[in-house]
Amino acid sequence: MSLLETKKLVKKFGGVRAVDHVDVRFEAGMLTGLIGPNGSGKTTLINTLTGLLPMDGGTVVVSDNVALHAVRPTSIATYGLTRTFQSVRLFEQMSVLDNLLVVLTERNVWGALFERHGKYHLDTAEDILKKVGLWEKHHELAGTLSYGQRKLLEIARAVSMRARVYFFDEPFAGLFPEMRKVVSAILHELRENGAAVVLVEHDMDLIRSLADYCYVLDSGTVIAEGAPEAVLKQANVIDAYLGK
Amino acid sequence: MEYLIHIAILVSIYSILGLSLNLVVGEAGLLSVTHAAFYGIGAYATALLLTESGMNFFLAMLIGMVITGAIALLIGAVLSRFDGDFYALGSLGFNVIVFSILLNWQSLTNGPLGIPGIARPSLFGFSFESNTSFLTLSLVLLALVWGICTLITRSSFGRVLHAIREDEQAIQVFGYTTTYYKLVIFVLSAMLAAVAGALFASYITFIDPSSFTVNESIFMLSIIILGGLASHRGAVLGAAFLIILPEALRFAGFPTDVAAQMRQVTYGAILILLMLYRPQGLLGEYRL
Repeated sequence: MSLLETKKLVKKFGGVRAVDHVDVRFEAGMLTGLIGPNGSGKTTLINTLTGLLPMDGGTVVVSDNVALHAVRPTSIATYGLTRTFQSVRLFEQMSVLDNLLVVLTERNVWGALFERHGKYHLDTAEDILKKVGLWEKHHELAGTLSYGQRKLLEIARAVSMRARVYFFDEPFAGLFPEMRKVVSAILHELRENGAAVVLVEHDMDLIRSLADYCYVLDSGTVIAEGAPEAVLKQANVIDAYLGK
Repeated sequence: MEYLIHIAILVSIYSILGLSLNLVVGEAGLLSVTHAAFYGIGAYATALLLTESGMNFFLAMLIGMVITGAIALLIGAVLSRFDGDFYALGSLGFNVIVFSILLNWQSLTNGPLGIPGIARPSLFGFSFESNTSFLTLSLVLLALVWGICTLITRSSFGRVLHAIREDEQAIQVFGYTTTYYKLVIFVLSAMLAAVAGALFASYITFIDPSSFTVNESIFMLSIIILGGLASHRGAVLGAAFLIILPEALRFAGFPTDVAAQMRQVTYGAILILLMLYRPQGLLGEYRL
């Protein structure tokens, strides 16, 4: 079942089509890789799908039944979408724990005003922080963490959302090998639980071992798609990476 | 002694202003330069209700808070679409508009002549006529405002405000319609400023528009930036510091012919030194 699909999605920056009539499908229980050289439009595609950039054409279909011609960032959570950011965007001057609690508590303004986080929220945050090994630091400010720890916290924040579609924009970059295993396990677990996991990654070994399906982008268009093993052997994919 | 009580009352009033402004600037990171407008609307609403209808001060203050909140809702509905520098400039514009209305709506506000003869509060036959009793009332209201601010900042709502301060777009992605949060905290902050306005009007017993200028808003910003943003204790300390410092400099023994100027220079120099060596304010954790 497709949880998110685009039809002829277009995003322009001035005269440049950074995303050019792209059709992609993200299926439940599958880990889909998005690969392509720098500047090929992977992050722009994610930013457009999560409403950070307004789309300039095409349709986004959620769970095969809601067709959208515009996506607002504030509504993506209700469609079950969540993400991490390539350039790690944490709430720097808040504690590690608060960075998680803020996505677990009440969304409604009045509800939030009369709510203090409950034991349930604390337990959930504790579980997730222990999973990424950051529980010891839960009282420290997010801004004081190392780069790798910051990436882990961002992944933890996305996982706390209990979403249906997860976008991970280069989650492995800058992580040491032990932590890569932890993140791989988290992605696997999300997939096993029936979510659609979208992974932007440059490490082809990781794509081969993790992805069920992958799309190759170049200059804003999909130049190849299919199982990673087959796709990575295609001549046009090798050319795109090596530059002919 | 009377003099010290007078200073203490002013410190309480400005502490209330600092605490309430801190909700918007310190907690939510929105640089609002329009707080004096709400202080003024609260003061005028209370003063007019007291002089025109002779109702009880506390009832007048509550109605004044509601009126201020309603106006803040209109202003905030526009402002909450902005962030960063645009928020600061937009809010400054609203302060100028409110000041001009207070100055020129002669039939309602009596224009530059102001409203004299505002009564001191009374409750169940007890009048807060003496300054000592008025100070007690100010401190009680200050404690109440402190309590309300604490409830807000410790709630889930308060945590969302912090996230808006840190990265508004990122928190939107996690399902928060930040515009509503910015609007609600702006209105709450304005209503608390109206409490300070009501106290000020009935303490001085006379108000005119000159107390509610943009300069006054900037003074309130200095209070919380000096004291430390997002810190309740910082807001009170900042108010005490900025009210007492110019008074204390009277006793610095400058030669009489340059005393006034030297006070201004010293005052300015202390502000600059503080920003150089303690940019997060005296008690603050958070940096703008």
